[in-house]
Amino acid sequence: MARFLLRRCLLTLPVLFFVSLIVFTLIALVPGDPARIMLGEEASPEALQALRREMGLDQPVVVRYLRWLEHIGRGDFGRSLRDRRPVLETLLQKLPVTLELAAASLLVAWAIAIPAGILAAWRQRTVVDYAATTVALAGISIPNFWLGIMLIYLLAVNLRWLPPSGYVEPWVDLGRNLRLMVMPSIVLGTGLAALVMRVLRSSMLEVLGADYVRTARAKGLGERLVVGRHALRNALIPVVTIMGLQLGGLLGGAVITETIFAVPGIGRLVVEAILTRDYPMVQGAVLFVALGVVVTNLLVDLGYAWLDPRIRYEAGP
Amino acid sequence: MQEPRAAISLAPGALRRRAAEGGRVPAGLGALSRRFARNRLALAGLVVLAAVVAAALLAPWLAPAPPFRTDFNNLLRPPGPGHPLGTDDLGRDLLSRVIFGARTSLAAGVISVGIAVAAGLPLGLLAGYYGGRLDDLLMRLTDAMLSFPLLVLALAVAAVLGAGLEKAMVAIGIVFMPGVIRLARGQVLSEREQQYVEAARATGASDARILWRHILPNVLSPLLVHASLSTAAAITAEAALSFLGLGTQPPTPSWGSMLNVAQAYLGTAPWMAFWPGLAIFCTVLALNLVGDGLREALDPRLR
Repeated sequence: MARFLLRRCLLTLPVLFFVSLIVFTLIALVPGDPARIMLGEEASPEALQALRREMGLDQPVVVRYLRWLEHIGRGDFGRSLRDRRPVLETLLQKLPVTLELAAASLLVAWAIAIPAGILAAWRQRTVVDYAATTVALAGISIPNFWLGIMLIYLLAVNLRWLPPSGYVEPWVDLGRNLRLMVMPSIVLGTGLAALVMRVLRSSMLEVLGADYVRTARAKGLGERLVVGRHALRNALIPVVTIMGLQLGGLLGGAVITETIFAVPGIGRLVVEAILTRDYPMVQGAVLFVALGVVVTNLLVDLGYAWLDPRIRYEAGP
Repeated sequence: MQEPRAAISLAPGALRRRAAEGGRVPAGLGALSRRFARNRLALAGLVVLAAVVAAALLAPWLAPAPPFRTDFNNLLRPPGPGHPLGTDDLGRDLLSRVIFGARTSLAAGVISVGIAVAAGLPLGLLAGYYGGRLDDLLMRLTDAMLSFPLLVLALAVAAVLGAGLEKAMVAIGIVFMPGVIRLARGQVLSEREQQYVEAARATGASDARILWRHILPNVLSPLLVHASLSTAAAITAEAALSFLGLGTQPPTPSWGSMLNVAQAYLGTAPWMAFWPGLAIFCTVLALNLVGDGLREALDPRLR
C-alpha cells in the first residue's frame, strides 16, 4: 500500500515538471520584448530596463526558469501588471466563486446523468435508450456559449424569471446568489451531464452482464434492488475515475460560462488577463488550473487504492 | 483497441494474408459502409455534413448577398422577405454571413485537426514502435498537456500567438496533438506484437517499411474516428475563441464572432444570436453522429 502510494506520488513529479515547463515556455515564447509589450511604445529606456531587471529578462532562459520555479515553490506567482497585486492572492480570492459554480454544475450534471445513464442501460435498445443517447450527443454538441446566450434571452430577457448575469456572494444574499447560479450551472452542467451519462451507460451495460448480477437476480432480488444497489455501485466507478477529466472540462467551460454571465471567477480572470496582456496573471492562472487537475487526478487514484485492494497489486506504470 | 481487425476476422484466410501483405482490406470497406448505412442517425449526420460542406464550397452562388455589404437603411431587421434570416447591426444579410461562416468553421476544424495529425501521428508511431526514452518523454509530456483544460490551453497558446484565424488553428492543432499521439502509440503497441509484423521482419523488411506498410494502415481506421470527433471539438473551440475575441477577427464572417457581436443586441435582435449558434450546433452534431457511426461500424460489439 505505502509503496503504491509513494510510486503514484512520484509519477506525478515528471508531469508537474512538464506542466511548469509548458507554462513557462508559453510566456517566454511571446514574440518581441515582453517589457516593451507591457509598457507600450512610449516607455522610457530606464523604465524598460527596470522592468526587464524585475522580470529577470537580463538572465539566460534556464536561469529564468529555475528562478521562476523557485518563486512558485515559495507561493510567489508574481504580480499582476494591471493592479500590481500578487497573482496568487487574486487567484485565491476568485477560487471560491469558480468552485461554487463548478460544484453547482457537477450537481446539475449528476442529477441528470445518473438517472438517465441507468435508465438507458437498463432499457437498452428501447426508445428510452435511443432518446437518452441522442439527447446526450446533442448535449455534447451544443456550444455552451450559444446555450448560455439563448437561456439569457429566454429566461431573463423574455420571461424575466431570472437575472441575466452577475454575482453576489452567498453570505451577502443567498437567495440572489442561487438565482444567479441557475443559468450558469445549467450551461456548464449540460456538456458534463452528457459525458457522464455516456460513461455510466456503458459501464452499467458491462456490469449488468456480470455474473454477480445474474446471481442477485437468481436469488430472487427485485429488479430495483439489483440495479440500484448491486449494479450501480460498481458502475459508478468509471464515473469517479474521470473526475479529473470532469474537473478539467468544468474549468475549461468556466472560461466561457463566467464570461457570458459576468461571474467573477478564475475563468473570466483568464480571459481578461489574456485580452489585457497581463502575462504574469495568464501564467499564474493557467498553472493554477493545471495544478488543480493534476492534484485531482492524484487524489482520485489514491482514493481508489484506498477503496479497492486489487489496484495496489495490479498497479502498472 | 481491436477495431480494425474486427473487420478482418470476418473472413479468415485470404483476407488475413492480404492484411499481412499490405495491411489494406478492400472487402472490409464494403462491410464497413454497409454497417454505417444501417445506422440511420449516422446517415442523417452525413447528410447534414454534406449540406454544410456544399454551403461552404458554393457560398458565393448560394448566398443572396455579399457577406460584407452593409445597408444602413436595413439595420437589425427581423427575418422576413429579402432577408430570410434578418440583418445584423450593420445591415448585413445574416443568411449570407451564416453561409460564408461555414467556410471559416470547416476550414478551422479541418486544418487544426490536420495540424494535430501531421505532427502527432509520426510522433505516436515512433514512440509506440521504439519505446524507450522517447516514449517516456512523450508520454509525460502528453500527460502534462492533457492536464490543461482544452480551452484554457488553446486560449493560452492563442494569447501567445495573437488573435486571428490562422493562429487559432495552430493553437487548436497543438492542443489536439496529445490525443493523436496517445491514440497512434496505443495502436502501434498492440500491432507491434502481431505475427504479421514478425513475419515482415523475418523477410528482412526495414523498420520504416514495417511502420509505413504494415502498422500505419491499422492505425488509420481508429484515427479516422478520432479525427472526425476531434474536428467537431475543433470547430467548437474555434467558435469559442472567436466568441471571446481571440479567433477570427471581424469583418470575416465566422459563427463564433457573429455570436460575440450578437450578445449586445439580445434584447432587440435575438435572431442575430440564434442562427450562427444553430449553425455551429448542427455542424458539430453532424460530425459527432458521423464519428460515432464510424466507431460503431468499425467495432460492431459496441452496440
